[in-house]
Amino acid sequence: MFPDSLTFSIADWVNGWVDALVTHYGDLFRHLSDTLLQVIVQIEGLLRATPWWLLLIIVAGIAYHATRRLVPTIVLTGLLFLVGAVGLWDKLMQTLALMLVATLIAVVIGIPLGILCARSNRLRTVLLPLLDIMQTMPSFVYLIPVLMLFGLGKVPAIFATVIYAAPPLIRLTDLGIRQVDREVMEAVNAFGAHPWQQLFGVQLPLALPSIMAGINQTTMMALSMVVIASMIGARGLGEEVLVGIQTLNVGKGLEAGLAIVILAVVIDRITQAYGRSRYEAER
Amino acid sequence: MKIVVDNVYKIFGRKEDIALALLKQGLSKDDVLAQTGCVVGVNGLSLAIEAGEIFVIMGLSGSGKSTLVRHLNRLIDPTSGEIRVDGENILTYDMPRLRDFRRHRVSMVFQGFGLLPHKSVFGNVAYGLKIRGESKATCHERAMHWIDAVGLKGYERKWPHQLSGGMRQRVGLARALAADTEILLMDEAFSALDPLIRAEMQDQLLALQRTLHKTIVFITHDLDEALRLGNRIAILRDGQLIQVGTPREILDQPADDYVNRFVQRRVG
Repeated sequence: MFPDSLTFSIADWVNGWVDALVTHYGDLFRHLSDTLLQVIVQIEGLLRATPWWLLLIIVAGIAYHATRRLVPTIVLTGLLFLVGAVGLWDKLMQTLALMLVATLIAVVIGIPLGILCARSNRLRTVLLPLLDIMQTMPSFVYLIPVLMLFGLGKVPAIFATVIYAAPPLIRLTDLGIRQVDREVMEAVNAFGAHPWQQLFGVQLPLALPSIMAGINQTTMMALSMVVIASMIGARGLGEEVLVGIQTLNVGKGLEAGLAIVILAVVIDRITQAYGRSRYEAER
Repeated sequence: MKIVVDNVYKIFGRKEDIALALLKQGLSKDDVLAQTGCVVGVNGLSLAIEAGEIFVIMGLSGSGKSTLVRHLNRLIDPTSGEIRVDGENILTYDMPRLRDFRRHRVSMVFQGFGLLPHKSVFGNVAYGLKIRGESKATCHERAMHWIDAVGLKGYERKWPHQLSGGMRQRVGLARALAADTEILLMDEAFSALDPLIRAEMQDQLLALQRTLHKTIVFITHDLDEALRLGNRIAILRDGQLIQVGTPREILDQPADDYVNRFVQRRVG
């Protein structure tokens, strides 16, 4: 047995801190939550109002623009059609909206953080262990305080998803920029490029394959969070899986599960294709 | 004098102040490394380079020649000393002023080419012009002129990875020439090329220089190349200047054993 005299607990201290946060800043968080909810509802409304065939055409257009090949375009569009065909179109749109917003937030936070990380070794030393914590901490641990601050529903689901899904993007942005050839940066510097010209003209374009791999990872991880998110009241495909489990309806659960996989495959293929940049495609 | 390097020291490491003091007391590079853990790049070096000459800096690897040339456009800042270009101490420049200096007065060619892999030959050659805000028409006209001048006409839309080593370095040269600076720094620019291409590039550089009359600082570890290109040659060892002179002077009166070994190997 571990001696009692050496044990301690941070539980009370953390509880007190979270309570204080809820008491003093509850309104602020609620306000933030409402704003975010508005955005999600708008996007979801737009997706659900779009006729299914128009959306399929748009997806086909994006897929063709990304891959420049006909067969993958048809396969990806056909897979999405299948999801609609089993009656999960509406749920698919709800999940897609949630995922788009989470990915967008992850990108807005992740890419600038990745850039800063690549510039400062000190920030990197602090941030990397933090990212490890974000990725390995069981999501329910931070779901509880997030629930206390934001209430049930889509917003805490988004927060949990961003916490879980942003780290790979930060890491891969950092890595992509650091891997830009030293001599190329030296040359760019020798010609007198401004730091902004270096960042947008050279570092980001050359890091693009890595950054796209990061966005790809982020979307995949966001999708793997949809079932957990449905437990705290986010609707969509995850909810179907959950209902399937609760009613021992294996078939229903499998249908929804496959729909999640299909969404993942479609997004994965499209983001990966964008990661292969033009000059590499000609190799 | 176009470029004057005045008593420049460059020390890499944390205790550079202590290392500098030790060096000035006359300790050797190895002693300083043993005592402070600092690496000496350039050790109390003074040089004067005239306008319009090809000045070759020669030495073995680790002699500090690449470090030295990077002082001339301040890719590396010295630990102590002064560097004057056209009589102005460039170490006093702040960042905007330094950027302006790099954009208009000095350009550079690199050993590993340093081309932008995501830009075409044209995009690479026009790069220096584009970032300093020249108009599209000027960029196009000047870039096409220099692509033509280095013999790459017809390749302007190719990507760097589609070119051979020699062609890539022509792009590097065209990029530096397009910036139309009075000073051209060439850091082992031809060292990565095979002997035939290298000779070809040397001829091309000499041909271009006959009409351009730029101040060229050329770094090499190869005495043949130095003798062929240089109006004057400086020989470096352990970050110190051993000898400066015309090719004739280097061959006829080698200053010490180190220089003599270079010369003997060539004769042998």
